[in-house]
Amino acid sequence: MGLFGINWYRYAAPQAFYPLAGKMIPWFAAIAVTLGISGLYISLCIAPTDFQQGEVYRIIFVHVPAAWMSMFIYLVMAGWAGIGLALNARLSFMMAQALAPTGAMFTLLALVTGSLWGRPTWGTWWVWDARLTSELILLFLYIGFMALQSAIEDPRRADRAGAVLALVGVVNVPIIYFSVEWWNTLHQGASIGLTRAPAMAAPMLWGVLLMALAFWAYTIVVALMRVRCVIAERAREAHWLNEMREST
Amino acid sequence: MNTLAILRWLLWRELMLTLRRRSDLVAVLFFFVISVSLFPLGVGAEPSLLRVMGPGVLWVAALLSVMLSLGRLFAADFADGTLEQLLLMPVPLALAVSVKIMAHWLVFGLPLVLLAPLLGLQFGLSWQEAGVLTFSLLLGTPSLSLIGAIGAALTLGVRGAGVLVALLVLPLYVPVLIFGAGAAAASAADISPQGALSLLGALLVLGTAFGPYATAAALRIALD
Repeated sequence: MGLFGINWYRYAAPQAFYPLAGKMIPWFAAIAVTLGISGLYISLCIAPTDFQQGEVYRIIFVHVPAAWMSMFIYLVMAGWAGIGLALNARLSFMMAQALAPTGAMFTLLALVTGSLWGRPTWGTWWVWDARLTSELILLFLYIGFMALQSAIEDPRRADRAGAVLALVGVVNVPIIYFSVEWWNTLHQGASIGLTRAPAMAAPMLWGVLLMALAFWAYTIVVALMRVRCVIAERAREAHWLNEMREST
Repeated sequence: MNTLAILRWLLWRELMLTLRRRSDLVAVLFFFVISVSLFPLGVGAEPSLLRVMGPGVLWVAALLSVMLSLGRLFAADFADGTLEQLLLMPVPLALAVSVKIMAHWLVFGLPLVLLAPLLGLQFGLSWQEAGVLTFSLLLGTPSLSLIGAIGAALTLGVRGAGVLVALLVLPLYVPVLIFGAGAAAASAADISPQGALSLLGALLVLGTAFGPYATAAALRIALD
């Protein structure tokens, strides 16, 4: 028995988690839509125009939350992978697998919006800045994880091999970040003031925070939908799934 | 037999096996030399440009050569069942894996280090720069073998393992590349390369401490 008198371990079984995920999806979808609409309203209508950059700065409301989520999802993914290896729980591996494409998507989104933002403000699509470069390498790490999982046919082995890779990757992410930063200072110096923390107006900050929370809720929705697909795919011969389908 | 004797025997076996198939070793070394020699043909033979690019080119070529040789690390032992016997040996798998990685470095990494001063001089590096570059390779290539072994173990017996290894391992090589090429670049700019070399050493210590465990875990998964 655990918190609130519910036996949480019960839901570690895919069989029990499948309907629970189905029930959770609409709630998180509602949260994502509400937060997304209010975040977009604040960022597009309420937040003041930046006196230096004009309207173009509004990319920040997608760019910064996407970059946050890209790193956060990798941590969560590695966390699930670690739990999976430690407790030998199938569902944890499935969660890690379900999170990876969304993480890669947010990484790509951060890179694309960053380069769209860079063009009018710095006059170039791409700078080999520490943050951009480490974000690019993060994208490669996500792609490697997904490629490894899809290349191994035995799902049990794919799960565990992917988990080891995710854990190795998560140890490397800070090392990569600091090495890229060191490389950056050695090679080009601080020609572009990317590292200064901009003093943000309160509505801007709220816009960024709301959008980040909306992305977070969206990630949960998509990950749960994907994990349901993974469970259904692996249990296609198990009769509980067919019974559940027939009863609904 | 005690543990040390077993490990010494294992090292001997690994070295003998690779040295008897010399064509593998020669192919990797020639790949290193050829890919380095292609750069001046691609970017032009401007001496000042080559001097700046030299360390980076040598490092990237070394990285790719080590990556090409990773297939030899476990694949043959996996195919003929030796790997399973290795698992059953009365020594910890991580230790046995460390010995295999050491043998791999001695055969494929060390020759690259020895060739580096020659190629560095071709790029117009001064003796001092070439020396720092060689030392950075000496410190860095074992890390490449250690990290690469994880990738090689994870992709064991998988379809298209060669390309997959590149995808998994190259992003993880980034810190080694940066500090390795950075040390040589620093010495060219008359800055002390000590910082970069210390960091390379730190990466090597980290890799030696944790790499074999990750590789051993990956091997257990592959043989499960």
